[in-house]
Amino acid sequence: MRFIDEYRDREAALRYARLIAKITTRPWTIMEVCGGQTHAIVRFGIDELLPPGVTLVHGPGCPVCVTPVELIDKAIAIASMPGVIFCSFGDMLRVPGTRGDLFSVKARGGDVRIVYSPLDAVQLAARNPDREVVFFAVGFETTAPANALAVLQAHQMGLKNFSMLVAHVLVPLAMEAILQSPNNRVQGFLAAGHVCTVMGYREYEPIAKKYRVPIVVTGFEPLDLLQGLYMCIRQLEEGRYEVENQYTRSVRRQGNEAAQQHIREVFEIVPRKWRGIGELPQSGLGLRAPYRAYDAERKFGVVAHTAEEASECIAGEVLQGAKKPTECPAFGTRCTPEHPLGAPMVSSEGACAAYYRYRRFTEKQVSTP
Amino acid sequence: MSDGNGFVLACPLPIQQYPHVLLAHGGGGRLMQQLIDAFASTFASAELARRHDGAALRIGDLRLAFTTDAFVVQPLFFPGGDIGKLAVCGTVNDLAMCGARPLYLSASFILEEGLSMETLGRVVASMQAAAREAGLEIVTGDTKVVDRGKGDGIFISTAGIGVIEHEHPIGPEAVRPGDAVLLSGDIGRHGMAIMAVREGLAFETEIASDCAPLAAPVLKLLESGVAVHCLRDLTRGGLAAALVEIAQTAGLHIQLDETAIPVRPEVQSACELLGLDPLYVANEGRFVAFVPEAEAKRALSLLQTEPVSAGARRIGQVTADGPAGLVTLRTAIGTTRVLDLLSGEQLPRIC
Repeated sequence: MRFIDEYRDREAALRYARLIAKITTRPWTIMEVCGGQTHAIVRFGIDELLPPGVTLVHGPGCPVCVTPVELIDKAIAIASMPGVIFCSFGDMLRVPGTRGDLFSVKARGGDVRIVYSPLDAVQLAARNPDREVVFFAVGFETTAPANALAVLQAHQMGLKNFSMLVAHVLVPLAMEAILQSPNNRVQGFLAAGHVCTVMGYREYEPIAKKYRVPIVVTGFEPLDLLQGLYMCIRQLEEGRYEVENQYTRSVRRQGNEAAQQHIREVFEIVPRKWRGIGELPQSGLGLRAPYRAYDAERKFGVVAHTAEEASECIAGEVLQGAKKPTECPAFGTRCTPEHPLGAPMVSSEGACAAYYRYRRFTEKQVSTP
Repeated sequence: MSDGNGFVLACPLPIQQYPHVLLAHGGGGRLMQQLIDAFASTFASAELARRHDGAALRIGDLRLAFTTDAFVVQPLFFPGGDIGKLAVCGTVNDLAMCGARPLYLSASFILEEGLSMETLGRVVASMQAAAREAGLEIVTGDTKVVDRGKGDGIFISTAGIGVIEHEHPIGPEAVRPGDAVLLSGDIGRHGMAIMAVREGLAFETEIASDCAPLAAPVLKLLESGVAVHCLRDLTRGGLAAALVEIAQTAGLHIQLDETAIPVRPEVQSACELLGLDPLYVANEGRFVAFVPEAEAKRALSLLQTEPVSAGARRIGQVTADGPAGLVTLRTAIGTTRVLDLLSGEQLPRIC
């Protein structure tokens, strides 16, 4: 298989594992920012290949997990309105709001559809002029260009029945919030390769310098992750704190400038509440004034409210790398993918779901060669 | 809360039960198992409790396999098959997995008002062709028509009977430590073919469903005297769901080798793109066979002589000392992970 098997080679993986063991002289705690990386780590058991002192903690890079309950409740309210076709990426449909999830809205007769691209939602709006089509725009910088493009396309086509419920978040601010936390354990970061494909990594350079923390832009395959970890640990051992790029086959320092242009055209930086973390200034994207007509919150006048949250869930600590999913007393008992207490148990990028799927059984039960 | 003091631990109220049926209840995962449990406990049949693909019944000296299946698919026609072919193959395969020779099928149609006769004609012709290929007859049936909007074109339900001509008990309870696990070919094609057509995803190479009747390779094993312990066709939930169910029912540990499991490059690429795991993607023409280690080589050669299972591979074994009831996978990079049931269907990831 081109460009997959090459990055899953057993011998090369073991070589990197030996290299990491060789240069590691003391314990280090490293956070992978992106939920996609978390899943690859847990799915391939990357942490099993590391020396005992190296701890991986899982970051906030799961778009589904950090979307605040209030917005999910708004999504549910809009999706339940007659005449609305509510479009979302599949992952979002199972995330519990205060009462129920989008799948339950669908089960009760709401027109909730899974789309693979926001442009599909625009097409849907063009084909259904008598219906209101709403797209749930979640995600980090990775999904922002396509969402911006969808707004531009709807604008060009003069569509009056298309709008977006925007929940976009930006990575760098969340990394800073983690570093500023008094409970912070993170000494080095693997930055999210896909986010940096769009944004480049210039904006991480001041963070590395200010907090004296190495940041390695890293891909998603087992060998990417092992090489990223090697580069990060090497910096830590040598006392360096730079931004390095492991994912050179996809990421350039300046990123994808055309994509960034689209984002800037349509969105502006706004404060955004992160589920489990709280409100962070300048940490999200909202529609710019010329495109406010596409803002579903305005269009449907859904009212903001403060949502009640289950007290038992420790998603906030999990999303900041302060705790592992298995340290939660509800993990796998009162909180499962069928009955999630929190969003990280739902999403395919959530740390709790990854642990539930791959790690629910103790290591005693599963012998590792 | 960027000052870093006292982060709010935010999470929603729990959803403790499902007052409505969700799509996930049909997704081949844990919710579907729970739904089946509810039926099984109400119907309270020992045969049902065996949790096999069909019932194996003794009537006098005759041993019969009996099974039923319902088919809903959109689009009705897809690369590699259509709802008619699926409706025949699905039931034929359930009979084959009981180790039976499929003989007779029934077919019930729920038709939506407005369906074109031409479409119906194509579906029925396809059913007849599949039945002929599988060597059986469709001998009884029923039709109902529902108002426009109350159906999805065509729903088909088929039931089948077959005769069991050997004395091997075939099912999860017959699996023994040391058994080899054989897989009849590459996985994930049906699910990805349907997804590609349904969602308008154009991949470079068209993915065709693996939809096919599986009686021939199974009968070949049995007629050649291979002591088959368990058979299971891979449908919703894919290879993972089939093996997890067998491991749980048998109370044994199954060890798999990821690199031995064949996945075509186009399926692998499509799965990577969408963030899906081919181990959980649906198939309609693949099965696993559990056979004693001593007969594994011969069984594999026999399977490889049949066109539908020409790509058969040995993918793992049942161990005596592993964690009971679990399926573990040795990954491509040599680490080990547990294969578990998913909650419902796999959902494509966001980025």
